[in-house]
Order: sequence, then structure tokens, then C-alpha cells
Amino acid sequence: MTHKAPSLFDWNIAGPAILDAFRKLNPRAMVKNPVMFVTLIGAILTTVDVFLPTTERGIIAQIALWLWFTVLFANFAEAVAEGRGKAQANSLRKTRTNTVAQKVRADGKLEQIDANSLRKGDVVLVHAGEIIPGDGEVVLGAATVDESAITGESAPVVRESGGDRSAVTGGTRVLSDEIQIRITADPGHGFLDRMISLVEGAKRQKTPNEIALTIMLAALTLIFMFVIMALKPMGIYSGAAFSIPVLIALLVCLIPTTIGGLLSAIGIAGMDRLLQRNVLAMSGRAVEAAGDVDVLLLDKTGTITLGNRQATEFIPAPGVPEQELADAAQLSSLADETPEGRSVVVLAKKFGIRAREIHELPNAQFVKFTAQTRMSGVDLGGVQYRKGAAEAIYKFANCGAAPEVMQAVERVARGGGTPLLVATRDKILGVIHLKDIVKGGLPERFKRLRAMGIKTVMITGDNKLTAAAIALEAGVDDFLAEAKPEDKLALIRKEQQGGRMIAMIGDGTNDAPALAQADVGVAMNTGTQAAKEAGNMVDLDSNPTKLLEIIEIGKQLLITRGALTTFSIANDVAKYFAIIPAMLMTTFPAISSLNIMHLQSSGSAILSAVIFNALIIVFLIPLALRGVKFQAIGALQILQRNLLIYGAGGVIIPFVGIKLIDILITSLHLA
Amino acid sequence: MRNIDWLQLTAFVGILLLLTKPMGLYLGQVLDAKGKTWLDWLIRPGERLTYRVLGINPAEEQNWQRYTLAMLWFSLVGMIFSYVILRVQQWLPLNPQKFGALTPHLAFNTAASFTTNTNWQSYGGESTMSYLSQMVALTIHNFTSAAVGIALAAALVRGIARHTAKTIGNFWVDLVRVTYYLLLPLCFIYALVLVSQGMIQNFQPNATAKLTETYTVQVAKVDDKGQPVTTNVPVMIQVPKLDDQKQAVLSNGAPVLVDAPKLDEKGQPVMTNITVMVDQTITEQSIPEGPMASQVAIKMLGTNGGGYTNANAAHPFENPTPLANFLQMLSIFAIPTGLTYYLGRMTKNQGHGWAVWGAMFALFLVAALVCWWAEAAGNPIHQKMGIAVADGNFEGKEVRFGIFNSALFATVTTDASCGAVNSMHDSFTGLGGLIPMLNIQLGELVFGGVGAGLYGMLVFVILAVFIAGLMVGRTPEYLGKKIGAYEVKACLLSMLVLALSILGFTAWAAVTDWGKAGLNNSGPHGLSEILYAFTSCTGNNGSAFAGLTANEPWYNTTLGLATLIGRFLMIVPIMALAGSLAGKKISPQSVGTFPVSGPTFTILLIGTVLLVGALTYLPALALGPVVEHFLTAQGKLF
Repeated sequence: MTHKAPSLFDWNIAGPAILDAFRKLNPRAMVKNPVMFVTLIGAILTTVDVFLPTTERGIIAQIALWLWFTVLFANFAEAVAEGRGKAQANSLRKTRTNTVAQKVRADGKLEQIDANSLRKGDVVLVHAGEIIPGDGEVVLGAATVDESAITGESAPVVRESGGDRSAVTGGTRVLSDEIQIRITADPGHGFLDRMISLVEGAKRQKTPNEIALTIMLAALTLIFMFVIMALKPMGIYSGAAFSIPVLIALLVCLIPTTIGGLLSAIGIAGMDRLLQRNVLAMSGRAVEAAGDVDVLLLDKTGTITLGNRQATEFIPAPGVPEQELADAAQLSSLADETPEGRSVVVLAKKFGIRAREIHELPNAQFVKFTAQTRMSGVDLGGVQYRKGAAEAIYKFANCGAAPEVMQAVERVARGGGTPLLVATRDKILGVIHLKDIVKGGLPERFKRLRAMGIKTVMITGDNKLTAAAIALEAGVDDFLAEAKPEDKLALIRKEQQGGRMIAMIGDGTNDAPALAQADVGVAMNTGTQAAKEAGNMVDLDSNPTKLLEIIEIGKQLLITRGALTTFSIANDVAKYFAIIPAMLMTTFPAISSLNIMHLQSSGSAILSAVIFNALIIVFLIPLALRGVKFQAIGALQILQRNLLIYGAGGVIIPFVGIKLIDILITSLHLA
Repeated sequence: MRNIDWLQLTAFVGILLLLTKPMGLYLGQVLDAKGKTWLDWLIRPGERLTYRVLGINPAEEQNWQRYTLAMLWFSLVGMIFSYVILRVQQWLPLNPQKFGALTPHLAFNTAASFTTNTNWQSYGGESTMSYLSQMVALTIHNFTSAAVGIALAAALVRGIARHTAKTIGNFWVDLVRVTYYLLLPLCFIYALVLVSQGMIQNFQPNATAKLTETYTVQVAKVDDKGQPVTTNVPVMIQVPKLDDQKQAVLSNGAPVLVDAPKLDEKGQPVMTNITVMVDQTITEQSIPEGPMASQVAIKMLGTNGGGYTNANAAHPFENPTPLANFLQMLSIFAIPTGLTYYLGRMTKNQGHGWAVWGAMFALFLVAALVCWWAEAAGNPIHQKMGIAVADGNFEGKEVRFGIFNSALFATVTTDASCGAVNSMHDSFTGLGGLIPMLNIQLGELVFGGVGAGLYGMLVFVILAVFIAGLMVGRTPEYLGKKIGAYEVKACLLSMLVLALSILGFTAWAAVTDWGKAGLNNSGPHGLSEILYAFTSCTGNNGSAFAGLTANEPWYNTTLGLATLIGRFLMIVPIMALAGSLAGKKISPQSVGTFPVSGPTFTILLIGTVLLVGALTYLPALALGPVVEHFLTAQGKLF
């Protein structure tokens, strides 16, 4: 389940947003957006002009009104985006009910304190049924925890001390057992709090690309201010006295108000879309970086394959009936609680071997797997059943292995599977084929990534042969076999040296350095606190394939920005054709040949351009919030498609729009 | 638009295309400090000697700040050098015509103009400059300012091609190698070719010819001491004509105006001093002589454009044959077109080099066709009166060249920052005259000035990548380098400077007395003349719309400043850009990265140049040539 996105113009969001649009008129806030600040100044100057003696008061008043609307529409866009973020944040915040925590004091005694007064490093005890008071790490015990409040996932998860499943989130509920938790964040500084403030926009910082874009828009605004300022004296020379409102109208139409007004809304909406998919980004920068990713590092286990290997085949030795091998395999795996062991038992059932329970065999001596013996099994009625790695069994069995068995072992290994031998002291019975099961639909997803120019690298502790076979089956571009955690870090560094941007997903403490080094490090919510601190995103669903969606959202964010910038600049052509002839028509009637839209009068032409300029912001708010549609195709095709829609479209649409508005206002006798 | 003209256009384009690769390859050898050329046996010893004498270590490279500072110092010293020579030429040798010193403002304007590769000329060369001034004060700059431009373009290309580098080359080495290996040998051969076409090359004083038909002109009367004689006359003004009842006489609603002496507060006529003019019969003509071919060679190849004579390439000596005319146009584009190939080669992306070439070519072709068409269509007023020349607007054009070669020359010279002219741009039709002006305002990046065209275009390339690059869903990357706030700032700063200088100075001149005093024409055409002058100087083009008397203190000073602003204030941000790009990592290309080659990119680049570049100047152009175009169609002239 994901947090549902509010509909685009939910009244609960749009209502307050209208108020916010006025509140944001505060010049100190406006000055951060140079384009809209210039528009605001223009609106003020034009309003002043309305009260000066003039023959054109009607038109000037309308221009002034629409300039104010332009500013307000831009503010409204930002307010709506923030409102939607706040709505998301509020649903998260609901988990933050004030709870009473039982603090474990240094002397071991319990103390009841308010959850809000907990500090980093405090240890608390949480019983079944209680709410975990803050972000922390389990230091003692294990418990099932209901995390549906933040993940929306109803199935409880296990959290235990040590290992990679130790992190707990404030606001979630312990269902069984009791655990001691060391608090890792002061109140108000947990990652949920950080995320809420990011989504709300209050602490939102501009991302590097947003800063560069703002600079470009400001510079274009400055250039057009020169253009307009120079126009006044040139007009005096030409005997055309351009009035201030007309010059301001032209200025506002030329400066990129469309993208200037929607830029921050696009950024906020991007963070918001991530949150809808249950990913908390720690900074807008990380979302942007996601679009730039060149290489994706994916752990094999859990991401590419279904967590664990499964037994898929029994290959009996020559002269051994399959039944006998299946029976021995089942016996040797009875006490093996690993998923692999259980899958052997399951497979044996298919050969008609009755499921046996351990207590049915009171005389059985179970032998556990150790790293030294690399075997496990059972001693039953004087017979030693063993299953284990091929080398270990060859040593264990008194007889040599038949060539067919050795061939089978090699065949399985080469196919990417893991061969396990089953034997007694005097006889090697056959081979169990353990196989990694690649998740469904992955090759298609990797193909999409490849089309976007993103390389996928699988990371696994398996040997090269196994890794290569799985890599082939899953369709990844490359793999790193026999990988230790430090190899992962080294690989990231090497790729970054080559100028590539790396994304990875991880959960364990030993992933933390790699997560910190990667440009986009997504930590799973089930992971350790160290991993979560190191990464720059947290996936609440702990779904490793989420990385693909994160990349798409990052790309979509950048595309939306680029598309609206292109559109905004392309719009200027039509506005010139509307306003320039209108300005010169009284002095040089000959110029009316340039009025190719056949706008009614100079007043209606200027007004239509200003109205179009204001309304286009409103029309594009949904696009800014939703993002431009993203397709997994090569850069060239995306470029061609978007250039056509937003570049060529940006030139044509305003011609149509301005003409329609001109017809409308003329028929309403507004100009 | 005759068939023979189409044929010539095809030949021009074809040879231009063929020239691109060999020139680019040779540029690659010249612009590599360790490069080997086929002229090494001849030039290498001289090159080594130059380094030794000047104390340059050719193996040492400079970061962008040191590179830029070296260039600025070099230009400043060169400018002062020329200023001094122009101020004291009367005491120096090689002055057979005994020309006097230039005025301070003209000397400043000329020194600034030649240092910046502009070659705006507020003077007539054959009647102002001694041979020494032509050869030393001016021609030296023709070489060095061209070499500086190419060096700067090479530095920017290195910045783009290198990764995680601190340096972008050595300015002194670039300057020496470009001059020694590229400009001098090419000009030597080229000058010989021009001489073969009949261009003069000598050190004789001007020849005098007896006129078969004498004519009379008005000249200022001078007294015994050579001072002009003046006389006092009342100042005349226009006042409304009054009838017996002291009411203004109206005609069609407007008051009728009559001339009357201007009166001061006491009712006395206001008097003013004017020079007394007398008739003078001209019986002789002075025919210019001098070292012309050597200067013309570098004037074209180095896109300098400063004419030896006032008539520039319209003078029969300075442009003797159709072949000379063809070669002159081609030589303007020769080095710039090669630089696009050099860009592709250095960045190991020849497709990118050709994409940039393609954008330049498209902009050139469209402009040339529009200008040709507008001139060939002729003047509608003449046509209505039935006195039109059959094939177009011939006013201000050399009959030897005709419509096509005048229009093509005007387009080429303003596409590049050359500024040599073989016709009067002032006499072009509204639309025809708009093309040269717009070409310069776009930044002369259609092949462009030597070096300056490429770095000007690369600013737009980076801007196009930044705007549209986002649309592929990645932070914009140019050839694997991320374009961030710093690069955007540098690019836009260089554009901002141009807009500010062109529009600011024009607006200022348009409402001041000194600005309007220089105008020969009124109305929109007058505005075009001012706009063209500041456009030409800021763009370091140097061609003149003419019709503007610019050899006055105010114009000389402001135009001189415009050349300096347009050159150096634009270059500094571009060098900062080069330095920043050089230090960046290059991320490898994939199908997901922004493609900077192929037709899509070419179209995008053209669109960016037109949208971001042209729109800035549209309002000013609307008040000048555009209005004029529509008014001419209605039968109104200025």
C-alpha cells in the first residue's frame, strides 16, 4: 500500500493554498524568486499608474489586475504543492501520539518519563502492546513490531538485537515480547521529523540544479529588463511615447514567469511523489541525483533473487533409485532450519516421501552444519546420513565418487546452482540441485534501465561461475562475485572516479560505508540505524526494487523542469507578435502588417498577452505537480519528443491562446 | 536571383565544406604546443628563438586566470603602443603624404578597435594614416588580435576536452604558434594570390591623375594662416505661420510652419558662427598607393575587416576581380569553419563538431537567402515610379559585384566578425539591412570571427544543453561534464554584457544631442544607423552601416568603449567557463546522456540561438529596420 496522493485540487488543500498565496506576497519571501519578484514590482507600479491621470484607465486597471493574478497564481502553485506535502506529513505525524516511555536508568531501575523528554542514548523498555517512543536500535531481546503506521504494510516484522534487523521507528507498535531500545535521535530530529520538514517546504533548500536554473532565469529577467529600459529612450527618439504599464506588460510577458512561478512547486511535488511511494528522501539533492544515476548496484540476495536458494532437482548416483536419494536427503535435512534445508524437505515430498517430524525419531542424533565440516545430517540406526558441499562429502565418504556424480556436480555449478552431495559413509547417493530463483519481471525492468542508459551491477558473495549464470538469467549488465563489503566500497569509488553516478540499496551495518559513498544510497527501513544514517533515502517498504522507481521519479523531476523552461522561453515569440505591433501601431500604422494574429486593438492585444501569461501558470499547475510523463527510452527519443511538445508546442500554443482571449475580451467589451 | 548566382552560392558552400577538415586538422597541429607541422623545418628555429628571447617556457601551461591575465596584459600593451604611434605619426618615417597626428579620441577609438579585432574605422585610411601607421599600428593588430581570438577558442576547447585538469594551455605559446604557423604563411600565399589579381603592393606616394571632366565642390574658405573663415548669421527656427488675427494657419488640421530668426529674451536675433564656404574646382584626383595586398590578406583571414581604403572591399584596388571577391568571402570563413572541426577532433566527438557546423551553416544560408531576396526584390518606391533597375536595389552597390555578391558579402562579413564591406549596408532595403545587423547581434557566431565565433557559439551550445538537457531526465551534461550554476553564470554574464552595451549605448545616443548630431538620416533609418554602429563595435565586427558621422569625440569614445566591453568583458567569463570545465570529471556517454551530435541537436542549437539571442534585440529592431521595411512598402523613405 502507498500513501494515496490527494487529487490535484482537493478543496482541503486548495482552500488554505489560496490564503497562502496572499501570505506569500511578503517581499522578503518573494525576493528569493527573482522572476516573480520583478513581476510583483511590475504589478505595484502598474497599480500606481491606475490612479494617475490617464485616458486608458480601463486597460491599465485590467493589466494591473492580471499582473497581480500572475504573482498570486505562482504563489498558489507553490502553496498547493506544499499543501499536498503537508497532507502527507500529517498522515505521518498521526503516528506521533504522545506516549509514556519506561526509561531504564543506569542502576537498572525503570522510570516513567514523557517520550518527548527522551534524549539520544537513553535506553527504554517496551512491552507488547506499547508504542515505541522514538527512533532507536534494539539492544536486548526480539519482538514482532507492527509498522503499518508508517509503511502501510499490515504484516508484522521481527526486530531483534544485533544483526541487520535492529532498527525501530518511533510511532510503531510492539505486538509480542519485550525489547530494550537505545534511542538514537532526540525528539524532533528523527528521520520522520526531518522528512516532514522537508515535505512541508519550510526548510526546503534549493538543489544544485534548481540554483543553476534560478540563476539562468534571473539573468534572462535582467536581460529583458535592459531591453525594456532601452526601449523607452528609443521610443522617445521614434516619437512613440511608450507608457509605463505597456512597458511593464511587455516585460512581464517576456521574462520566464511560467517556469519562474512553477519551479519550486515542481521540486516540492517531486519529493512528494517519492513519499507517495513510501520513500523518505533526506534531501532534494538526493532526488535530483537519482535522475543522474549511471550505475545501479544491486545485492543479489533479496533484490535479484528470492531471498534464498531452493532445491529444484535430485540427481541420483548411478545405481541409486531416486526414491532412496530423496529419502536420505530428507533425513539429512530434517533438523536443518535454513530455507535451503526446508526446501529439500519440500522437494522430497514430491517423490512420495512422507513428511517426518523430528520427535518421531527419538534415537536420531542430529549433526549441525559448521564452517569446518561444511556438512549437516543425522545419525540414525547406525547409518550416518550427510549432506554438504562436494569437497566435504568426498572426504567424508569412504568410497570414491562415480564420474557421473562428479559430472553432475560440475553441471549444476556451471548452471549457476549450488550442488549439495548426499551420502552415507560407504555410498554417495547423489546430488541435490539448489538453485537461486530470479524474481519475476526483472529482465524486463533491467532492459528498461538499459534503454535509459543505466548499467546494472549485481553484487554477490557467490563464486564467479554461479554469479555469471544468475547474472545472465536476470539480465544484469555486470556482476561482482565473491564480494566482501569493502569490495563494494571499492567498486563505487572506482566507478565514481570514472565520472559515473552510483545508486545502491542496502540494509546491513556493513553496507553503511558503501551507502554513504554512493550518490544515491537507499537504506531499507528494516535495516540498521547505521545504514539509515549513512544513506540519503529510506525505503519504508524495504523493497529493494524500489530503486527503479526512485530513479524514474528523479528523472521525471528534471524533465518537468526542463520542459516548462523550454515552454516558457518558446512562448516569447507569440507574445512579441502580440505586443510589439500593438505598441507601435499608433506611431507607425504601417507596422500593423506584423499583427499576424489580427488582434482587435492595441489594448486588447496587450491585455490578451498578459492574461495568457497569467492563466498558463494555472493550466500548468497539474503538470508541475504530476510531472511530465516519463518513458524508459533513450535520451535522443525523449529529447525529440519533448522538444516537439514543449518547444514547438511552446511556440504555437500562445498564438492560439492569445487569439482566443482576444476574441473573448473583445466580445465582452473589456478592451 | 539569377541562375549564375545560385551556381556561385553552390560553389561557395561546396568549397567551404571541403575546406573544413584540412583546416581543422592543421589547426589541431598548430594549437598543440608539441604538434608537428609540415612547416617545422622553416619555422621551428624562429619559434624556439622567440621563446628564448621572451623567456617563455613552452612546456609550462597556465590556469585560466593566468591565461586570461596574460591575454589582457598583452592587449593593453598593444593598445597603448598603437595609440602612441597614431598620436605621433607625423614625426615618424613612411609618411609620404605628411599626414598629421590623429585626435586623441580618434586615436583611442582606432587603437581600441584594432586591438579588439573590431577594425571599426572612424577615419578614411588613405587620407589619415601614414604607411607606418597602417603597417605597424594597425596591421600588427590584425595578426595579433586574430591570433588572440584563435588562442582563446583553443583554450575553451581544451577546457571542454580535458578532464580534472588545472590548466588550459599557454597563452604565449598559442599566440606565437598561431601567428607563425597559421597566419603568416597563409597570408603570405594569399597576398601573392591577391596581387596576381591586380591588387597593389608598394610604398609609393599617392599618384595624381588629371581629370578629363572637372567638377566643383564646396569647401571651407581659409585665410592666409590656414584658419577657416567664419561669419555671423542669425539662427533660424521654424514657427507656426500666423494670420492677421494672430491665429495659427492650419493645413489639414496641422499648423503651417515658416522659417523665422530665433529671438532671445530681449527680442534680439540669436547669432551663430558658421564657416564660410567657397566653390572649388577639382581638376585632379589622388589615387591611393601603398602596401595593400599584405594588409587585405590578414584583414580577411583574421576577420579584421579594417579597409586599407575608406571604400574597403568596394574599392577597385582592394577588390579587383570577381575571383578576388569570391576568395575574400571564402577567406573570412576559412579559419572559423576549420575551428568547428578542431572542436570535434579535440573532444573526440566529430559528430558534435559537424552538428555545430550544421547549425552555423543553416543560420548562414537562411540569412544569405533572405538578404539576397530582399535586395533582389528591390525598392518598391522606385518600382512604382517606373524607374526601378531590373534586378533589384542597386543603390550603394558596386555594379561590378551586383546584387548577389553584395548581399552574400554583407551576410558573410557580419556572420563572422569581419566587417569588411563591398557595398553600403546603409543603402540596403529595410529587410536586407536587418540581416547584417541581426547577424552581429546574435553574437557573430555563424562561423564567426576567428576564434570568437566558436567561443560565442559554444556559449549557446552550453545554454542549449542546460535548458534542453534537463528534458532527458539528467542534470545537464555537455560532453560528459555537468553544467552547474557556475557555468550558467559565466555563459549568461557574457551575453548580458553584449545586450547591455548594444542596447544601453544605442538608447543613450538616441536621446542625446551628440547622438543625433551624427545622423545623416531621420526616422527609423537614423535609429538603425545608431543601433548598427554600437552593434558593430560591441560585436567587434567593425563594418559600418555608414550614414553616421562617427569621427566626433562622443561617438569615438563610446564606440571605442563598446569595442573594449564587447571583447574583454565577454572573454573573461568565457575563460572562467573554460577553467571550470577543465577541472570537471567526464562521465561516460551512454544512450541516457544528452546527445550533442546529430540533426536534433543542430535544430535545438539553432532554436536556442534564435530564441535566446535574437529575441533580446527584437524590440530595438522593430523600431529600426522592421518599421522601415513596412514604411518603405507604403512609399515612405528616410
